[in-house]
Amino acid sequence: MSNNLLTVAYIAASALFILSLGGLSNQETARRGNMFGIAGMAIAFVATALSTQVTGYTTLVAAIVPGAIIGSILAARVAMTSMPELVAILHSFVGLAAVLVGFANYLQPESGLVGAEATIHEIEIYIGIFIGAVTFTGSIIAFGKLSAMIGSKPLMLPARHLLNISMLVATFVFGWQFMTVENGLQPLLIMTGIACVLGVHLVMAIGGADMPVVISMLNSYSGWAAAAAGFMLSNDVLIITGALVGSSGAILSYIMCAAMNRSFISVILGGFGEGSSKKAASGEKKSYGEATTTTVEETVELLNDAKSVVIVPGYGMAVAQAQHMVSDVTKILRKRGKEVRFGIHPVAGRMPGHMNVLLAEANVPYDIVLEMDEINDDLSNTDVVLVVGANDTVNPSALDDPDSPIAGMPVMEVWNAQNVVVMKRSLGIGYAGVDNPLFYNDNTLMLLGDAKTNVSAVLNELSASEKKELVAA
Amino acid sequence: MTEGLLTGLVVFVLASFVGFEVINKVPPTLHTPLMSGANAISGIAVVGALLIAGAQEWNVTTILGLIAVVLATVNVVGGFLVTDRMLQMFKKKETTT
Repeated sequence: MSNNLLTVAYIAASALFILSLGGLSNQETARRGNMFGIAGMAIAFVATALSTQVTGYTTLVAAIVPGAIIGSILAARVAMTSMPELVAILHSFVGLAAVLVGFANYLQPESGLVGAEATIHEIEIYIGIFIGAVTFTGSIIAFGKLSAMIGSKPLMLPARHLLNISMLVATFVFGWQFMTVENGLQPLLIMTGIACVLGVHLVMAIGGADMPVVISMLNSYSGWAAAAAGFMLSNDVLIITGALVGSSGAILSYIMCAAMNRSFISVILGGFGEGSSKKAASGEKKSYGEATTTTVEETVELLNDAKSVVIVPGYGMAVAQAQHMVSDVTKILRKRGKEVRFGIHPVAGRMPGHMNVLLAEANVPYDIVLEMDEINDDLSNTDVVLVVGANDTVNPSALDDPDSPIAGMPVMEVWNAQNVVVMKRSLGIGYAGVDNPLFYNDNTLMLLGDAKTNVSAVLNELSASEKKELVAA
Repeated sequence: MTEGLLTGLVVFVLASFVGFEVINKVPPTLHTPLMSGANAISGIAVVGALLIAGAQEWNVTTILGLIAVVLATVNVVGGFLVTDRMLQMFKKKETTT
């Protein structure tokens, strides 16, 4: 394939990627958007494979086929509750690929570049490997945290800011060395090691509640890493696509931060758990009174008497895999003419939009799943709010306690409803490590225990009472 | 001599703005599919890996490139398929209601 044709193909691919992201940001066009993305990728892929630079087809096929098979299996098998993990691990692949491309590029024997061009090329390689390595290890740690292989508590090393800064300084120092020394491989390798440690440390310092931000941030990084690879190879389609993905990830991170009323910097610097654990210690003296526990029977009675019900799901629902039963409960209640809606906090779950996907998987009708802003004003007219595995997103102290670590974060104002039933494993504190005064309110009933067991008990009881009604009628 | 870099930077900055503009008003429902779709697209690194691994002779460069090809392919295929799977669930809803 001639170079001109290749350029045309790359332009077409880039246009398709833009259409793809545009399509994905709208409900009606989302699937078409994904198709555009696949088409763009196919064009870019085939065009590259047919270019003069690529000749070793047998080895390439040997690499592509297993990759494609692994990818399809992963995509077909993954549970919707594990989406954050899958996305995290895929980010790490992009990061590692960028690192490998960087090294391969550096080791390529005849680059034929001299003077300023060679210098620029080296800078591009250096930056590309740095971003790639941070993305790689950061995503691995995020994966570990999401799959509970690593504790979700933030790691608070003493002088961790100093540590980060000194790692950055060291990166610059080795960069300078890399540029000036004859054989730059050694400083390049050392920098890669530092970048890997930096990636680990950055994500380790961020608490579980901030995971949605971390995921979107790593998404953004993986884009920048691809863009950096594009600079190395002077390949426009890589630069364009990388920049597109990078900026879209950045927007998502920003949306997530805004949803928590926190600045991006404070999330990145970590330390959400630190301040709050102190607060939690002093907060224990503050007495909220007794929490009222309740039973499945009482809950069902409340639901039976209610005209309007709002369900507020949180990560606990995902962990307990309770979304299908919640959906069944919804169906029964709706069949009896009750108004059932869902209220989704923007950062509920472990990645942006996580709850929406889970509810869609469980066949919850799309139009009764509302955003926090859409439903908050309606909550005072609601008879029963059912909180399933959410905690920090329904914490009133975010609004009325300026000392709270989550002060200022917009929350679901569930306490305005007539009755609130909170399904929760225990009275313990949430990911943010903050005590929740909601649990001690007079109109709050606690249904303690595993969310799935409880929801399924509620479901049984509901369908039992339905039969009784039928008999009575 | 540095024209290549300058053009690259222009393209980069413009594409970033396009990204911002295109994504700006995405509804929360689509955050997860958008992210996995974007993730699949960032598997475009496969193009870079192909260019490096494509040479016929065997050396360290090609091997590193090949590993990158495998990783990026997993990313592309897995990302697009899982995005489609999710969007299908949303689709199902529209037809049943």
